[in-house]
Amino acid sequence: MAKKKLKAHHIDRDWCKGCGICVHFCPKNVLELDDLDKAFAARPEDCIACKLCEIRCPDFAIEIETE
Amino acid sequence: MAVKDYIRQRFLPHMWCPGCGHGTVLNSLLRAVERLGMSKNEIVMVSGIGCSSRISGYVDFHTLHTLHGRALAFATGVKLSKPELNVIVPMGDGDALAIGGNHFIHACRRNIDMTAIVMNNRIYGMTGGQFSPMSGVGIHATTAPYANIDRDFDVVEMALAAGATFVARSTVYHAQQATDLIKQAILHEGFSVVEILSQCPTHFGRKNKQGAAADMMAHYKDITVPVGSKKKAANPELIERGIFVQKDAPEYCQEYDKIMQQAMKG
Repeated sequence: MAKKKLKAHHIDRDWCKGCGICVHFCPKNVLELDDLDKAFAARPEDCIACKLCEIRCPDFAIEIETE
Repeated sequence: MAVKDYIRQRFLPHMWCPGCGHGTVLNSLLRAVERLGMSKNEIVMVSGIGCSSRISGYVDFHTLHTLHGRALAFATGVKLSKPELNVIVPMGDGDALAIGGNHFIHACRRNIDMTAIVMNNRIYGMTGGQFSPMSGVGIHATTAPYANIDRDFDVVEMALAAGATFVARSTVYHAQQATDLIKQAILHEGFSVVEILSQCPTHFGRKNKQGAAADMMAHYKDITVPVGSKKKAANPELIERGIFVQKDAPEYCQEYDKIMQQAMKG
């Protein structure tokens, strides 16, 4: 299976509650919480599109778009 | 269909607290439904009362939000009148095993084709953090400020003893496994029980000093092992996850159908 390449992180700021689950479990340390406690991709270039954030997000707030 | 197409987006963000495991259970459930390629119209979700039971409000299936502990009773009615529909019954630990304990064991015994999902966070979250039958000895709760002395029980063992024909357990940390187990439970013909350990950071976590939601979630990695793991023999405290039983037995609706045929003959 070809490795999936990241296209974009779609983060819904209205739905994100800043629980930090995505930040904690990101194996590549891509995500961070901003001043308003909303997740954002601080280092998108490191993302391996494993989607661990997406499948664990309790709020459906993060979606990884791959090529 | 994308996962988000199965939710009633107008009701989001949902009412669960930040970091609540129930959101992850919903996430896993919808991924299972998506993988099965099911249409919204072939699923009925029936739930009772509690934080967990609010799940039925967020999914764009046929949904019923019913009485506390009685979700399985309503679901049985739905299934008997429309056996072609897939019935999914998400319940909290208190809803399923305290208030609805009797309904639960008899639904297992009947082996009616539906999927019960026990979202076990070991506390009554909605009413303010009272201990539930799943809290266990030594747990602190609003109603157990000096620690709980009530023993807990094992949902899996009870479901097995009551006769459920598919019994599995996973956690919200193991979201991929949870999705896979829910998928198999939906496909199973007979009563399936999937227990999913889910964190309540607001009440259980705070009262028992278990840290933030992510810490509680990571803790599930440490306290669980796959079924049949050698680690379990060395440390009986560990909780097993995976499929405990998967067997064929006469399904209730089919048996009922046979009785109807017999009666029609006169």
